[in-house]
Amino acid sequence: MVVGQEVARFLFQRIASGALVIVFASALTFFFVNLAPGGPSSIMRFDVSAEQREALIKRMGLDKPVVERYADWAAGAIRGDLGTSLLSDEPVTQRIGERLPNTLILAGAALVVSILIGIPIGLIQALRRGSALDHLLSFYSAIGLAVPVFWLGIVLILVFAVSLGWLPSAGVTTISEDTLVERLRHLALPTVALATTTLPTIVRFMRSAALEVLDEDYIRTAASKGLAPRVVVTRHALRNALIPVVSAVGALVPRLLGGTVVTESVFSWPGMGRLALEAAQGRDYPLITGITVVVAGIAVATTLLVDLAYTRIDPRLRAS
Amino acid sequence: MTRLGLFALATLGVIAVLVVAGPLFWTIAPETTNPAQGLAGPSLVHPLGADELGRDVLSRLLHGGRVTLLVGVAAMLASLLIGVVVGAIAGFNGGWLDALLMRFTDGMLAVPAFFFILVVITLVGTSVGTLVLVIGALSWMPVARVVYGETLRWKTAEFVVAATSLGVPPPRLLVRHILPQAIPSLVVSATLGVAFAILTESALSYLAFGVQPPLPSWGNMLQRAQQYVFTAPALALYPGLAITVVVLAFNFLGDGLRDALDPRRRR
Repeated sequence: MVVGQEVARFLFQRIASGALVIVFASALTFFFVNLAPGGPSSIMRFDVSAEQREALIKRMGLDKPVVERYADWAAGAIRGDLGTSLLSDEPVTQRIGERLPNTLILAGAALVVSILIGIPIGLIQALRRGSALDHLLSFYSAIGLAVPVFWLGIVLILVFAVSLGWLPSAGVTTISEDTLVERLRHLALPTVALATTTLPTIVRFMRSAALEVLDEDYIRTAASKGLAPRVVVTRHALRNALIPVVSAVGALVPRLLGGTVVTESVFSWPGMGRLALEAAQGRDYPLITGITVVVAGIAVATTLLVDLAYTRIDPRLRAS
Repeated sequence: MTRLGLFALATLGVIAVLVVAGPLFWTIAPETTNPAQGLAGPSLVHPLGADELGRDVLSRLLHGGRVTLLVGVAAMLASLLIGVVVGAIAGFNGGWLDALLMRFTDGMLAVPAFFFILVVITLVGTSVGTLVLVIGALSWMPVARVVYGETLRWKTAEFVVAATSLGVPPPRLLVRHILPQAIPSLVVSATLGVAFAILTESALSYLAFGVQPPLPSWGNMLQRAQQYVFTAPALALYPGLAITVVVLAFNFLGDGLRDALDPRRRR
């Protein structure tokens, strides 16, 4: 891939602003956690003696000013050390590392399903604008945006796990029979629940982008020079309409990650979202701070990927 | 406004009347437990049945609706307040304050809010008041962007320039001349904001990080219902259906208002 100077500058800007977002997210979380009443600065555990408390404060560096502590923490974070979990005494990175793959699988599956179903649906709606089908599909999208993901999860469990008995309702796999098929069967319901809430965004972006593109002169030109409608739609309209959809995918990722917290909780899915809940309930400050930073990092990384995809699909960015 | 928008408005009106006036007529207290009636099906005493502690589901649904709608509207007002102040100051002032405030807004948008909400709730606790403030404090960014755009757009309009040359002081210029132009967009943002706040509150309450029992909310009613999904599936259906209908209605109302207030979007 030949990278033009323009593209290089564009990507450099994006990487720099992505790094800033991570610093911002970590600082926000860190200072909030450390300055709020009831934070670690007031270790209120009943089972520790005064000496143990002193030692704990020393060990966590709580006797130092908070700005200095953040600097220490950030220096560690750059080297891949996010501190030690208070609940389990394991490194935060290890605890996150155990759970992260499950979350990525779930979020990734939901995203892929949303894109693969959302783009054709949005396109069909645009091609049949104003038809009964368009209205019906729009109504489905509206419901997808309104239904709480945890309730949808409960209903899915009720129908497909309890009543019909087709699919399992919890966990990532069957321990006695850990096969790919079993894993996919366990993945099915959580993916459907999570994807239902992200699908409408893709559909709506695709529909309005396609409507706009279909009005363009070059589409009329392509159609009037006798190209088959199929070619006009796939080669000319779809390609151009995809550009705004790609950016919608980027904007969707923070919401998708937030949705994993609830989805993992409903389906007992051992991912990072549930780890965040456990950390919050157990007031495990290093762990919750670490998770927030990792999540922000994932969001930033996907945004970068989206920008890269942009430079590939949009020839205007390469030409200049 | 579109027919769908009007229908949504009517639906919300009916629900508001039900949850405000309903408890005046259906006077069983939502906290009254009755172990003998645990998980009881529909009857004359409990038309929608009773939950695992024998509490009347209809009464909890009505009172829970009050809590959920109240939190939703109050959180929306909080986010509106923050968003208008940030957006208006950034747009009107320009310069470094603009850059600072809008980069802060972008940063907040990029942080996955739900994780941060968990952090904040853990630290400050879960009263209804803090819930409102936390949801408001983490959802004002779209409002700020809307107000920012409108302020920039109208700052250079002829009637504003005319008002400036008449000697209208800047704060008055902003509040009396520029911000009123943003009201149509704000009405739309506010409507969609209530929907977002209700979804957030119910998710948090479901996870036990939101409204705390025995005070009912539609979200926390679902917390225990999942355990009894085998024996009493109806317990899980009513509150979820209520949330979906209300959020759907707010979204349709927002879309309808947008079409009605902005003729360019009619297509």
